[in-house]
Amino acid sequence: MNKLEVQDLHKCYGSHEVLKGVSLTAKAGDVISIIGSSGSGKSTFLRCINLLEQPKSGRILLNNEELKLVSNKDGGLKAADPKQLQRMRSRLSMVFQHFNLWSHMTALENIIEAPVHVLGMPKKEALEKAEHYLNKVGVYHRKDAYPGHMSGGEQQRVAIARALAVEPEVMLFDEPTSALDPELVGDVLKVMQALAQEGRTMVVVTHEMGFAREVSNQLIFLHKGLVEESGNPREVLVNPKSERLQQFLSGSLK
Amino acid sequence: MIFDYNVVWENLPLYFGGLLITLKLLALSLFFGLLAALPLGLMRVSKIAWVNLLAWSYTYVIRGTPMLVQLFLIYYGLAQFEAVRESILWPWLSSATFCACLAFAINTSAYTAEIIAGSLKSTPPGEIEAARAIGMSKAKMYRRILLPSALRRALPQYSNEVIMMLQTTSLASIVTLIDITGAARTVNAQFYLPFEAYITAGVFYLCLTFILVKLFKLAERRWLSYLAPRKH
Repeated sequence: MNKLEVQDLHKCYGSHEVLKGVSLTAKAGDVISIIGSSGSGKSTFLRCINLLEQPKSGRILLNNEELKLVSNKDGGLKAADPKQLQRMRSRLSMVFQHFNLWSHMTALENIIEAPVHVLGMPKKEALEKAEHYLNKVGVYHRKDAYPGHMSGGEQQRVAIARALAVEPEVMLFDEPTSALDPELVGDVLKVMQALAQEGRTMVVVTHEMGFAREVSNQLIFLHKGLVEESGNPREVLVNPKSERLQQFLSGSLK
Repeated sequence: MIFDYNVVWENLPLYFGGLLITLKLLALSLFFGLLAALPLGLMRVSKIAWVNLLAWSYTYVIRGTPMLVQLFLIYYGLAQFEAVRESILWPWLSSATFCACLAFAINTSAYTAEIIAGSLKSTPPGEIEAARAIGMSKAKMYRRILLPSALRRALPQYSNEVIMMLQTTSLASIVTLIDITGAARTVNAQFYLPFEAYITAGVFYLCLTFILVKLFKLAERRWLSYLAPRKH
């Protein structure tokens, strides 16, 4: 069954078209890595999926339910029904490059916020779950710390626990290790690998070629707003067909 | 020069009575001021132009005119109109305490609204994005993320506003109220000892300011510790 389907997504900033028709299909358990040089539109694509950015055209389906879209006055699309958008967003949790934890809440409070106040879960149950997920990502000992008092790696792992706590259908990762010190990247990648192994459906925008190759089962290479090449990461990364991808890999693959 | 302690000592009850009036004025005006400032602050960050303009005009006019002028307009100015004198509000509008509280509350609400709006605007965009991405409605986002975070970050600035308001309450003495400054005026009028009278008032205000500063320090430790350097 298709968990997430994005069809022919277009996005413009003014007259500049950054996405020129990008599609993606994620089945349950798929881990899709999206790679590409900066400006290729990969983050924009991810942010269009949960409508943090307004696409110009395209269709978005989660669990075969289509997100109803209508035109807004800037020539983009917005959700026709805010309630539907909120419900779908809560099934599609996102992990950001800069963590974006709520700074006035402790790690634990950050994690129970959405389960309690968006999904309506009893607080006691949410707390138990939150502790479970904090344990899982290996930062249980920091549960009462504020984000500002944690290292980047700890913050990102708390952010992953926060994304897990709503038990999402699909997890979106927007360059989750790009803002981390090199020695902290490994901890976060390990957590993500563990998630992939339990069969979570994930879409990951990343620069980590090792992760893309070893963990994901589908790879999309974006170039100038188009899918230049896609397929099984082991094949695509070892035998890139397009010249663009060859250039890109010679610059980044070590 | 000899400082006449006796006069001060004998009139302490008058000053303490004044202290109560000052505290009452301050508490009432801060309470109602804050109550009005919250919606005004939200209006000031609204993307709907006329809503924003409405709140902007209010804060601009109030912040653009002296407190004393506003107080005179409300206490003396309104009484000039017969319609006001005959209205059901007259029992209130003829009371100096009510007029002073009203003027102070209006004044502090404008300043506080701007503090809250500034604090709301400086919310890290990523935190707002995270709230949207997890499926919060706009109302929930304000209630759960934006306001709790903004009000905390507004504390240091708000403490400043509260201390300013404390000093501003001394204007109440001009519309016949016997607050701390009113007590000093009375003592001065009786004994013609302006130095003793006003130094005593000054000491009262200093002590009150000291207490307020301490209270806000405690509040900041309680609610703003997440911005403090890590201790453990």
